[in-house]
Amino acid sequence: MTDHELIWRIAGGSGDGIASTSQNFAKALMRAGLHVFTHRHYPSRIRGGHTYTEVRAAADPVRSRGDGFNCLLALGDSFARNPQEDAYYDNEEVKPLAENLDELNEGGVIVYDTGLLDVDEIPNFEERVEKNDWHVYPLNLREIARDHGREVMRNTAGVGATAALLGIDLQYFEELMAEAMPEEILEPNVEILHYTHDMVTEEFDFTHDLQVPQGSHNEEQVLLSGSDTIAYGAIDEGCRFIAGYPMTPWTEVFTIMSQALPELGGISEQVEDEIAAAALALGASHAGVKAMSGSSGGGFALMSEPLGLAEMAETPVVLVEAMRTGPSTGLPTKPEQGDLEHVLYTSQGDSNRVVLAPGTVAEAYEQSRLAFQLAYGYNIPVILLYDQKLGGELMNVPASHFDRDPNPDLGAVTTEEELEDAPHGPGGKFHRYRYDAEDGVSPRSIPGQKGGRFLVTGNEHNEAGHIDEDPTNRVTQMERRMAKLDGVREFLDERSTQTHMGPDEAEYGLITFGSQQGTVAEAVKRLNDAGHSVKGIGVSDMMPYPEAEMTAFLESVDEALVVEMNASGQFRGLTQKELGRFGGKLSSLLKYNGEPFEPAEVVSGFEASIEGQDVPDQQTTYIPAAGD
Amino acid sequence: MSAFSAIGEDREVDREEFTPTLEPQATWCPGCGDFGVLKALKQSMPEVGRNPDEVLLVTGIGCSGKLNSYFESYGYHSIHGRSLPIARAAKLANPDVEVIAAGGDGDGYGIGGNHFMHTARENHDMTYIVFNNEIFGLTKGQTSPTSPKGHKSKTQPHGSAKDPVRPLSLALTSGASYVARTAAVNPNQAKKILTEAMQHDGFAHVDFLTQCPTWNKDARQYVPYIDVNDNDDYDFDPADKGDAERMATEAERSLYEGEVLTGRFYVDSERPSYQEEKQAIGEMPEEPLAERYFDDDYEWERTHDVFLDRHK
Ligand SMILES: Cc1ncc(C[n+]2csc(CCOP(=O)(O)OP(=O)(O)O)c2C)c(N)n1
Ligand code: SF4
Ligand SMILES: [Mg+2]
Repeated sequence: MTDHELIWRIAGGSGDGIASTSQNFAKALMRAGLHVFTHRHYPSRIRGGHTYTEVRAAADPVRSRGDGFNCLLALGDSFARNPQEDAYYDNEEVKPLAENLDELNEGGVIVYDTGLLDVDEIPNFEERVEKNDWHVYPLNLREIARDHGREVMRNTAGVGATAALLGIDLQYFEELMAEAMPEEILEPNVEILHYTHDMVTEEFDFTHDLQVPQGSHNEEQVLLSGSDTIAYGAIDEGCRFIAGYPMTPWTEVFTIMSQALPELGGISEQVEDEIAAAALALGASHAGVKAMSGSSGGGFALMSEPLGLAEMAETPVVLVEAMRTGPSTGLPTKPEQGDLEHVLYTSQGDSNRVVLAPGTVAEAYEQSRLAFQLAYGYNIPVILLYDQKLGGELMNVPASHFDRDPNPDLGAVTTEEELEDAPHGPGGKFHRYRYDAEDGVSPRSIPGQKGGRFLVTGNEHNEAGHIDEDPTNRVTQMERRMAKLDGVREFLDERSTQTHMGPDEAEYGLITFGSQQGTVAEAVKRLNDAGHSVKGIGVSDMMPYPEAEMTAFLESVDEALVVEMNASGQFRGLTQKELGRFGGKLSSLLKYNGEPFEPAEVVSGFEASIEGQDVPDQQTTYIPAAGD
Repeated sequence: MSAFSAIGEDREVDREEFTPTLEPQATWCPGCGDFGVLKALKQSMPEVGRNPDEVLLVTGIGCSGKLNSYFESYGYHSIHGRSLPIARAAKLANPDVEVIAAGGDGDGYGIGGNHFMHTARENHDMTYIVFNNEIFGLTKGQTSPTSPKGHKSKTQPHGSAKDPVRPLSLALTSGASYVARTAAVNPNQAKKILTEAMQHDGFAHVDFLTQCPTWNKDARQYVPYIDVNDNDDYDFDPADKGDAERMATEAERSLYEGEVLTGRFYVDSERPSYQEEKQAIGEMPEEPLAERYFDDDYEWERTHDVFLDRHK
């Protein structure tokens, strides 16, 4: 791949400014006309600990992190623990160089900071360089930064060096710096950028081939993460209330919303715990405001009981669930897709909710909007399920994707005029829960509306909301609530929320859900290029399950491999539950080491599976079809 | 024009409007103190001048949680311990609605204790009525957070080893700006206190002693009671927090010694409500948010116009 794309990895310790430097790097390349995609890796630590971000850039659209990487900027871990002899964490200072070498592709470029990193401390460094044809450019980035500004500006020196080596125009970096930095910092940074660039150009004989690709966009692009687009989708649907409690990685959506809402005359509440957070969202929604809350696995577990209340009370709400690895605290900063079953079934009684799992940054905007339309249109809780990968990855999207009308419609609510003619019970209680409601959706009134008062209760209730344990009432209300999901299914079918990949007709199928979609799409393309007959589907509708569409897909292929980031094959399990007769066609490719799939892993996993062999690599797992 | 015309409607309100035709008879046991809360609430509503369509009564789970089944207004009978977060968000969404939360001692001081502390801290402009019967009523008489030390029940066969929660002091230290205790056996005082609590601009906590003759037979019927605001033996100023703390501690202790001290313990009319605090820092709109969704002329912002530039 190295001839037509750049995968640049910047590595350091937590606190070394990796995130902001890489974000600017990605933006610079996007402005230069390229398609970009980022992948972050960081430990659950505030200072120190090996962290990196990759920026993949190409002239054509990029939808995944790619395989390995081809240019390393190793800064060194400025906050490393001092290694005692035999400390199990080794010498952390050199990890930004040492730990990244395994994944560096052949012919790759290395820039490292000699101010902190000593290659003598890395076993077999020279040998490995030779064997892999790596091109190494040692530079004292700290010293340069110190001489021309301050030591913390070393990242700028590293970017200047990279730009020189790869042929990236400095103008894009300069513009970005000028937009963000105050004068006193801007000046030395610009100087460092140019100084390093010119120095590297003069002092080194370039031995590598790698250059930045050339490309151009035919319309304006914006660089956004899944967390950004989930928040923006909510805002464009008129969501003006959020309540939450911080937890990685959901905190990103919570933060974006908390900064945006006051600007828009909305309300954000950081509260005592996640039970309160979900309950606040219900309270605000009940009082007539579009509201949301959310969390990650553990915090979402605390929301179970309010979630069940929302189902019974038919109080609309959108909850987002940002998955990270479990069980328990797991790997708090790493992605997994292990909470699917949790969000589908948690809480009392039969599930009566919608669960959507967007696959890309652009889809996350789309489905965040759909989540609100469904919640308020059907008076039902909707869960938007994503993960640390989708939440944190940056991708360019055409700005026009967001050029749409806002939709503040409160959905299935009454106005006071409508209430005048609406059925009421004895004593004047509004029939909020009508047996004969169309599609099961009985509009709600809002406190303060004249003639609208009714009782909400988590107990089974009659049309006016009063507690009612009569068996016929129970069956009628239960069936009405469950019937809402049929309407939701039709609504989603009209909007084709699943993503199809590859040819219409194929021998094999690749199935995935949520954030692995881009990676699987890339694998499908490569497999077809290599002569295999494969089509793929990225599924977003977890509940209600897209039964007809999946039936058609599974009927059309001989076998299908389900690719997901968890250890028990939860989406495959869901598919078997919904479409049991295809059980014999389904096998699994799983990954749960805290890292998302790379396309090459899906390719090799697929090839091994059709050969009936085990996957070649210990980081992924193959589970054959039942009965195989 | 408001989309909520019940709010601020200029008319006389009759307490009978608050009796639902659907369930006019409460199903509490004969002699239950919960009847006293219901009656006092109905009586205080006309005083406060609110009609059923502008009141939201949020309850938890317990015998006490049934309050809104027998009270005609907008009601939200929620889940055990969570009435406060639901109620306070409704108040933020539409501050013009009269919001009342209510529940039992288990509901509010046990499972929902965290919310109690934080809602008081934030000083939301709402009323919180805790039916304190010193027992879990609905689940048939288990020891509750306010049961006295040594209290025996089926789940505490050797008697509770725990000192009870001190709800008035808890409310005070947490930041409630109105703290009172009344008793079902004292309807006049109860009505007065609930009226004041609703009129108070801030978090008003009312610990309402409600005898449970079914499960707490040994318990006092909360008579005789003493009104500490109207008794020469008790000289204190409810506007003074130090005085209030002293008086609250004494009331909590003496309850378990057979003396029922009730009244207004603390009234702070200076402390801004949470809504005012949030508006002062620009984190809450001046107009009720709920109105915006019914306002056809409101220009809804788009992220495309407001936020996209920073991503270019
Ligand atoms: C999460 C949860 N746990 C337990 C229960 C069972 N439960 C219902 S009411 C109650 C206690 C009621 O006591 P209290 O709050 O004092 O109300 P009272 O009935 O005395 O008015 C319990 C434990 C429940 N409904 N929900
Ligand atoms: S059990 Fe006690 S609290 Fe419940 S209704 Fe009967 S007397 Fe009242
Ligand atoms: Mg009780």
